[in-house]
Amino acid sequence: MIERDDQGRKVARRAPWFLLGPGLLFLVAFFFFPLYTLGRMALSSRPSRFANPVFDWQWSNFNSAFSRYGGQFTRSFLYAALATVLALVIAYPLAYVIAFRGGRFKNALLGLVVVPFFTNFLIRTLAWKTILGDQGSVVGFFRSMGVLSSSGTLLRTPLAVIGGLTYNFLPFMVLPIYVALEKIDPRLVDAARDLYSNTWRAFRKVVFPLSLPGVFAGSLLVFIPAAGDFVNAYYLGNSQTSMIGNVVQNQFLVQVDYPVAAALSFVFMAIVMVIVIAYARVLGTEDIA
Amino acid sequence: MSVVTTASGPSGRAKRASMPDGTVMSKGGRVGRMVVNVAAGASLLYLFLPIFVIVAFSFNQPKGKFNAVWQNFTFQNWMHPFADSALVDALLLSLKIALLASAIATVLGTFVAIALVRYRFRASSFVNFLVVIPLTAPEIVLGASLLTLFLEPHLITFNHQFALGFGTILIAHIMFCVSYVAMTVKARIRGFDWSLEDAAMDLGANPTRTFMRVTLPLITPGIFAAFLLSFALSIDDFIITYFVSGPSTTTFPVRIFGQSRVATPPQINVLASMILFGSIAVMAIGSWLGQRRARRLGI
Repeated sequence: MIERDDQGRKVARRAPWFLLGPGLLFLVAFFFFPLYTLGRMALSSRPSRFANPVFDWQWSNFNSAFSRYGGQFTRSFLYAALATVLALVIAYPLAYVIAFRGGRFKNALLGLVVVPFFTNFLIRTLAWKTILGDQGSVVGFFRSMGVLSSSGTLLRTPLAVIGGLTYNFLPFMVLPIYVALEKIDPRLVDAARDLYSNTWRAFRKVVFPLSLPGVFAGSLLVFIPAAGDFVNAYYLGNSQTSMIGNVVQNQFLVQVDYPVAAALSFVFMAIVMVIVIAYARVLGTEDIA
Repeated sequence: MSVVTTASGPSGRAKRASMPDGTVMSKGGRVGRMVVNVAAGASLLYLFLPIFVIVAFSFNQPKGKFNAVWQNFTFQNWMHPFADSALVDALLLSLKIALLASAIATVLGTFVAIALVRYRFRASSFVNFLVVIPLTAPEIVLGASLLTLFLEPHLITFNHQFALGFGTILIAHIMFCVSYVAMTVKARIRGFDWSLEDAAMDLGANPTRTFMRVTLPLITPGIFAAFLLSFALSIDDFIITYFVSGPSTTTFPVRIFGQSRVATPPQINVLASMILFGSIAVMAIGSWLGQRRARRLGI
């Protein structure tokens, strides 16, 4: 009996590792190890265009990544930050209304938020290209209103790129904020009101602070993919709005300059990580997941 | 839960007729309410604007190769939705990869989630960290790093060099879905009553039978949600796939991107609309089944 118990305990101790094994091995082989090969590539040199890169601690790749593409770095983070703020402004009222005023339509409304994203990312962005196009009615309207000059355009401007980024990652903002708002006990708001706080004050002092974990998660979920995106800048921007994703994509898949491209992506990831950690510190939210 | 709290809430609320968010129906409150509602409505409209355009332009008869300017209404595109055979092949490949990748990722990720929720072990917070990290990596870095892996043979891949194509796309998709599955299932089974397993064992069920007959049926909705999420992520993925697909294997998004410089046939819009309406149908049926299940279980 005791023997069986011991055996059972041993099995129980190993059980999580049997379950974790396949998934973790897969992540190690195809997520963590590739980061190592990326780092190695970033420190390789390429004798000629058609020769294989050789690993030789070529730190100069990082220098050229920064000196040649500093502008794209700045632009990526600036556009992504603006898109995140815009997404927050657009998403918050929507999440708020669904969470507090949705009633029995709550699930249907949540479904409506997700439905547009059943069409492909590229097709949605191409649709924005049509909407903002020079012959489209949006440009025509703005021209007749005098907002745009008679030859003014929306397409191929930074505004279009930022708008596209905001649009494409919006549900990632709505859903976490909704989840955070949904968890708030309505009696807390009642308590604030009983203590003579008006609606706005109750929102500012009770509801908004409690929704911060959602705001935090949503901001990261918008900021990270927006900073690394190259599709919006490709379809909606011009050569002056290219982002770091465009450079990495071009260097890897068109120029085939693997070492510099690898250095670029490595630096990009490092900056994203630093921003994520700094952001977590400032907002005091340690648990990202 | 929320129904109960509302019903047993302080009686003062009913008298003041305050809304669940604490808005009292004073004049100022009513204006504020309307402003927020209008803002929410505008947001929804913004979300749907491109969708209307996509569906509308599936009925367009474009002049030239680009379906970007409205010309004439036609049913022709819907009569011949599969006219662009390369596009259809790409879509079929995307479906195949999405099914396979999400099935495999669901199995791997669910096991990870169960291990993290069910068992207490020393490294569990570190393992959790390892599983979360891929979710914070930008797609472009995931694609680029996988490409550098596939360029050369490595010990960790059994000295095997991958030819870019179906296999490498599948690996990439499984990789980015595993963490999503693990996190989704983990969130859904956190409140699970694990003593039910002990009860089954006490009644003489072996671990396998316990898992198949007790654990699995209870966690199935969470697993199914994770599978659907993976499927959606996989079929929509462009950036990572673009890096690892190689020249001859083309998924639906890769095909659209590659072609968009040369032509955007209206069939793109037709197929996209079909996928859209199909997904809405699946979602509606899913929520109907969920409600029926909840009613039957008396939840």
